[in-house]
Amino acid sequence: MSTAMEMVEQSQLRSELPELRVGSSVRVNYRITEGNKERIQAFEGVIIGKHCGTRNNKATFTVRKVTQGYGVERIFPLHSPRIESVDIIKIGKVRQAKLYYLRARRGKAARIKERITARPSA
Amino acid sequence: MLNGLLARKIGMTQIFEEDGTALPVTVLQSGPMTVIQKKTLEKDGCNHVQVGFEAIPERKVNKPIKGHYKEQAPTRFLREFEVENIDEVEVGQVFDVSLFSEGESIAVSGNSKGKGFTGVMKRHGFAGQPASHGHRGHRGTGSIGQCATPSRVFKGKKMHGRHGNSKVTQLGLKIVKILADEAVVLVKGAVPGPNGGLVTILKSNR
Repeated sequence: MSTAMEMVEQSQLRSELPELRVGSSVRVNYRITEGNKERIQAFEGVIIGKHCGTRNNKATFTVRKVTQGYGVERIFPLHSPRIESVDIIKIGKVRQAKLYYLRARRGKAARIKERITARPSA
Repeated sequence: MLNGLLARKIGMTQIFEEDGTALPVTVLQSGPMTVIQKKTLEKDGCNHVQVGFEAIPERKVNKPIKGHYKEQAPTRFLREFEVENIDEVEVGQVFDVSLFSEGESIAVSGNSKGKGFTGVMKRHGFAGQPASHGHRGHRGTGSIGQCATPSRVFKGKKMHGRHGNSKVTQLGLKIVKILADEAVVLVKGAVPGPNGGLVTILKSNR
């Protein structure tokens, strides 16, 4: 790829967001505009897929949650300036890159085990 | 001032606006264009400026062409542009992306991608015939005229044939961003031609 293209794409990347892993429960604080007022809306759920890489200005990720019995999935552009912050609630232990199997599951079957990592030695 | 600038189409990508809107943009790599020759109304019939774009090594040009460049460095492309006042342009003068400003309306013209031999549906947008219920025409032309009168096919009848690889000018485009140091122009939307193709950015009031 040409350097001009790389430069334009690199300039779009955000580096301050935490590392997002598939299977993690996250809270995405997303800036939305209602009329002319701006507020932050949180969307809490499980990341069920990442698309188009990470260091790519077109990268997106899908967050799924179940609200009142209905599954809701939302796709966020990873490097969008509209994302205020992403809070990681829990890192999940998963073996797939895409957790589309969660769509067919309800309740207890749709749980994801937490990934236990060694605590960084203080 | 010239009415346009030459550039190479690098490709398309997306950028975020400040409010988070993702904009589809085409990255155009422009570069300095040197004035090689001035054409005047009296001598050549039009006030045009001939400019050179993209330097090439001198061994690549033969003597007659080198002679045309005189003191200027030889370039890969020679193109002409209109100019309001021919007197304010000098041979050897250099034009770059500072000719344009961000947010400006432009038109981009270039050679479209060749599609080869195509049928009328792709080439002229004909509707074709029904796919089922015993129809056998499908993507065919249909009728191309009447019977004994005029007993010929009119000239210019739209038919199948070579499609693409012709000059296309896309109007109503807008410059999103100019990176002056790298001579890069970001244009909202698509421009004609393949990646790496030569395009002309023209001033436009659309």
